[in-house]
Amino acid sequence: MSGLEVLSAGPGVSVQDAGRSGGMGQGLSPGGAADRRGYLSGLALMGAPVGRAAIEMAGMGGKFRFKADTRFALTGAVMRASLDGKPLEWHATHRAAAGQTLDIGAAEGGVYGYLTPGGGIDTEPVLGGRGYHRIADLGQPLKPGDTLPIAADPEPDAPPLRLPPEAAPKGPVRVMPGPQTAFFPDAVLEAFEAAQFTRSPKGNRQGVRMEHDGDPFASGAQLNQVSDFITEGDIQMTGDGTPYVLLADCQTMGGYPRIGTVLAADLWRIAQAGPGAGVTFRFVTVEEAEAAWRSDDDLLRALVKRRERRLRDPREMKDLLSYELIGKPEGEVSGQA
Amino acid sequence: MTQADILPLGPDGLLVRFSDKLSEPANRAALAFRAALEERAVEGVSELATSLTSVLVRFRPDRVGRAALEENLTEALEGRDWQEAPLPEGRTLWHIPATFEGDYAPDLEDAANAVGVSTDDAVRAITGQSLRVLALGFAPGQPYLGFLPDDWNVARRTELTPEVPRGAVLFAVRQIIPFANPAPTGWRQIGWTAFRCYDPAADPPLPLKPGDEVRFAAVPESEIESHRDKPHGGAEPEALS
Repeated sequence: MSGLEVLSAGPGVSVQDAGRSGGMGQGLSPGGAADRRGYLSGLALMGAPVGRAAIEMAGMGGKFRFKADTRFALTGAVMRASLDGKPLEWHATHRAAAGQTLDIGAAEGGVYGYLTPGGGIDTEPVLGGRGYHRIADLGQPLKPGDTLPIAADPEPDAPPLRLPPEAAPKGPVRVMPGPQTAFFPDAVLEAFEAAQFTRSPKGNRQGVRMEHDGDPFASGAQLNQVSDFITEGDIQMTGDGTPYVLLADCQTMGGYPRIGTVLAADLWRIAQAGPGAGVTFRFVTVEEAEAAWRSDDDLLRALVKRRERRLRDPREMKDLLSYELIGKPEGEVSGQA
Repeated sequence: MTQADILPLGPDGLLVRFSDKLSEPANRAALAFRAALEERAVEGVSELATSLTSVLVRFRPDRVGRAALEENLTEALEGRDWQEAPLPEGRTLWHIPATFEGDYAPDLEDAANAVGVSTDDAVRAITGQSLRVLALGFAPGQPYLGFLPDDWNVARRTELTPEVPRGAVLFAVRQIIPFANPAPTGWRQIGWTAFRCYDPAADPPLPLKPGDEVRFAAVPESEIESHRDKPHGGAEPEALS
């Protein structure tokens, strides 16, 4: 049976998928991959549908031994990776033989990397998802000794693919107004847009703290404000007026006022902002936010269109003769249909 | 006067907020309005949920525009005073055994003092009425139960208890919560129950729904552990008509 044996793992390595939808009324926030875009990129490379489960690695990867021949993709934050000592290209698909060890080190930039096997991680779903969700107490981070089942790959012979790198987005992260935005005076909203924030080292899948040099952001909300629904991307002002941008594992309800909501289309930028990264915010209208919304299926389709055939990364070509490129020509290499 | 504010909650959500202060009629309005929306089956709506005083309407912006949905919700709000609406049908009353004695109730005396009653009277007040599941939140299946009488309007402690166990029965501001998971809290622990808000082995795993009711049955300290291995920690459901 296909599987992945965890030999070592960083503290933030866990199974993640597209999250659990429909649980807000039962106290269960969706959770799922912290960087939806990085996760979907892995699915795009594997030709897999939304929902298939991958391994998310926060800041640091781990060592994984394949129990069978396995096709996999590496996406999200670029991490140093090698297969039995041979360096691997990121944002690309690879193939491991049974018994080979994949070694994924620290992120070279960003936070969340994704390791997606072709068939997907096939653990038993709990409440409609496979992802670790800390505040809901569902699942566990991966630890040495774990063996994860992998479902059969529907396309084991798919050609190697890569996603060409995109220019890193610049400019402010877009924020739309939310139910409590009106509690903040205009001057506070303006100061918030003008502030240069730094992503604090304090942060996890629940949310990340944003630091700045100016005054705290006081709301006019009263203390007897009732707790109400939170959504992923909400920017919560804690008691001392420090903003936290809430991510996938946020709570379903909260009493702290929220100044606005980071657009889903931009939230991956916050998730991938490493400690010390600079961030600014800009308010957009609800109409702009609605126009920027894309379903996971649409995002996945767009990523699939960007895929390209991967020529072997020269770093991997230490020994050309060991490649099937030479020994056993594939159709497209030899010119046969 | 508008009955509720319709507010954006993320690019794919609307919040129908009946009040920004906790109140029984606003909670009832949210429960009733959610039930009405369920029946209305609005195209493009992917999720309906209630908080203490609001209804979340999650939608697919590629199937229904926000403006059209807002119009639809405004129309649904009209013609009825939702704060006068009865509770929806199909609710369940859960009888939940709990103990309010000994080490299971470290803060009962403090809570009773704050309310100004004896501990016996405090337990009688808690067990003598059905409490509504005002909302589920913070952890899967964890209910906010209310409302205790007015003199139970006691604020949370400013100092946190570092950790209360799963099943701790906590009290603050006219509400009771049986905790789903071990957690730090400023609420007072007045009892303990073997009932689990989320029990993967039980059917259903998330027993409570917003609008359901809970009645605690006081059992002696010596008996409560025997409920651990029973389905739902010994809690029994009763259909409310």
